[in-house]
Amino acid sequence: MTTIVTDNCKSCRFTDCVTVCPVECFHFDDDMLYIDPDVCIDCSACIPECPVEAIFEVDDLPEDKEKWIEINAEKAADLPVCEDKMDPLPGAEERKTELGF
Amino acid sequence: MSNIGTEEHPLQVAIVGSGPSGFYACEALLKSDICVNINMLERLPVPYGLVRSGVAPDHPKLKQAIKVYARIAESPRFKLLANVKVGLDLSVAELTESHHAVIFANGAETDRKLGVPGEDIPGSHTATEFVGWYNGHPDYRDKVFDLKSETAVIIGQGNVAADVARILAKSVDELKHTDIAEHALDTLAESNIKDIYVVGRRGPAQVKFTPKELREFESLELCQTIIDSEEMLLNPESAMELEDKSNSAQRKIYEQLSKLAALEHSNKPRNCHFTFLKSPKELLGSGHLEKVVFEHNQLSGDALQQSARGTGETLELETGLLFRSIGYRGIAMPSLPFDEQRGLIPNMDGRISENQQALPGLYVTGWIKRGPTGIIGTNRADSVATVQSLLEDLQTLDTGTEKSGADGVCNLLQTRNVRYVSFEEWEKIDQSEIDRGQPKNKPREKYTYINEMLDLLG
Ligand SMILES: Cc1cc2nc3c(=O)[nH]c(=O)nc-3n(C[C@H](O)[C@H](O)[C@H](O)COP(=O)(O)OP(=O)(O)OC[C@H]3O[C@@H](n4cnc5c(N)ncnc54)[C@H](O)[C@@H]3O)c2cc1C
Ligand SMILES: NC(=O)c1ccc[n+]([C@@H]2O[C@H](COP(=O)([O-])OP(=O)(O)OC[C@H]3O[C@@H](n4cnc5c(N)ncnc54)[C@H](OP(=O)(O)O)[C@@H]3O)[C@@H](O)[C@H]2O)c1
Ligand code: SF4
Ligand code: SF4
Repeated sequence: MTTIVTDNCKSCRFTDCVTVCPVECFHFDDDMLYIDPDVCIDCSACIPECPVEAIFEVDDLPEDKEKWIEINAEKAADLPVCEDKMDPLPGAEERKTELGF
Repeated sequence: MSNIGTEEHPLQVAIVGSGPSGFYACEALLKSDICVNINMLERLPVPYGLVRSGVAPDHPKLKQAIKVYARIAESPRFKLLANVKVGLDLSVAELTESHHAVIFANGAETDRKLGVPGEDIPGSHTATEFVGWYNGHPDYRDKVFDLKSETAVIIGQGNVAADVARILAKSVDELKHTDIAEHALDTLAESNIKDIYVVGRRGPAQVKFTPKELREFESLELCQTIIDSEEMLLNPESAMELEDKSNSAQRKIYEQLSKLAALEHSNKPRNCHFTFLKSPKELLGSGHLEKVVFEHNQLSGDALQQSARGTGETLELETGLLFRSIGYRGIAMPSLPFDEQRGLIPNMDGRISENQQALPGLYVTGWIKRGPTGIIGTNRADSVATVQSLLEDLQTLDTGTEKSGADGVCNLLQTRNVRYVSFEEWEKIDQSEIDRGQPKNKPREKYTYINEMLDLLG
């Protein structure tokens, strides 16, 4: 079991998810966030916070998004921890509308 | 401007309570750019609040949150004074005299009342008591739960009710390698329970469980889940609720319930029934609970604001065991304002307030600030917000008088013969619990009496 960030987070990075993570397991690059599966405690606190429904429990992950399991693990291992809320990336609001949220 | 919050003049902060909200407040203070000394007071000799004594023993991964708290506690600016009850061993006034600011993070330790006749008849318990008991909380160590009844009823449909139902439904094999308290495991091993009814006052579209917690009811070793498919039918307003985009989390919950309702029945020896639109009217029995009278409800009001209204039609269920799991409730702290109706400390952005006036130097966070909802991580955002208010007030917190901090408090405790427990001493208890668990293949075997914990420290 783990919890996965998927591509809806791309060019968006509303970091509402980070503020409720009890264990600081989000990592970030210029594009999006990733969850470190070794640190995440699967509490699901982040899932309802995401305004673009980018986060899934692995059991709920749509089939076409399964590759994100590996991407989260690999990326999180090398990237810095996101400790606090960051500014959304430019164009985030537009992308949110584009995704239909 | 005063130099408060600098190396020469550190801000002295007391935090009351060592649960998630207390530790996240601590983290936020330590991350800020001011120099701060933190003294955390905890009424038990052991820290971590409901992460230790609320979170279910069969959810060990969630308890890993305590690793984060142990890391916070390593700061040389942090001090734990456990086994100290604020309001009893130390007064609020004594804390404000010795600190620039006090943050109350003392949680919600009692429970809401149903307000029906027979509520307190023997055999009727609160989920709070049962949860504390199986998790080895010293307050509930000597509670007796008689599991001879073949039927158990749980009132309420939140995640605590799910925890209680699951612990009753699981086999000893499913629990024996968790950190469940030994006395509880022994009692559960003798359980006669065959039917567990989890009863909600509203409908299947309004339950407060989360999908993951419901999914666990798909695959219990000894227990099958039973939901009457007729009971899954929705009134038009509930159907509208589930269509609403803002309510998509609730739709997932309903889908998970529907999945449970569609499961083939097997012949496992225990059944867990989820049933809706019923409120207990009366608990009956001579000297001990024998039956519960329920009234059927219907929903009234607009979508997303529906409440349960009795139809007058009643139903009786024979049972000797009932748990009220309808929410926790805060306890008033002597000399602080208290909102009796909501059971919390009134505040404005985390500043404790009375008649809309903030009381200087007094702050609140976590369940005692918001009320008893939200999971571990919810308290992190909440404590960050409270600490932000405190930092905005920084200059007003220096009243010109010297604040003795830990020295002052420890002196007082010594003159009162209060045996306070430091974080290093807790680590000793922690290690001993882990060692005791090892031969049984348990992550730990908790100490459940305060004197056992203190004896260990000598
Ligand atoms: C049964 C149950 C199961 C739960 N399971 C989960 C779960 O699986 N996952 C999840 O994310 N969340 C879970 N939660 C929610 C989570 O536990 C809470 O959100 C969280 O613990 C609230 O934190 P808090 O710090 O406000 O209060 P608490 O954790 O209650 O901490 C309050 C602390 O203050 C201390 N205290 C009280 N009065 C005084 C006093 N006068 N002086 C000194 N100290 C005092 C108490 O001893 C306690 O240690 C669960 C809650 C319950 C009740
Ligand atoms: N695994 C986990 O993540 C986990 C485990 C345990 C607890 N928690 C969290 O801890 C918090 C507290 O949980 P909780 O279960 O105590 O509270 P909760 O989620 O608020 O659920 C309370 C339940 O009691 C019902 N209720 C309230 N008053 C009632 C009355 N007078 N008669 C009948 N029913 C009544 C409510 O129904 P109405 O909706 O009609 O009011 C609701 O179903 C929640 O945020 C929960 O998610 C999480
Ligand atoms: S809230 Fe959602 S979109 Fe924003 S950073 Fe988190 S996962 Fe990405
Ligand atoms: S599930 Fe919990 S621990 Fe995991 S990333 Fe989300 S908030 Fe953090």
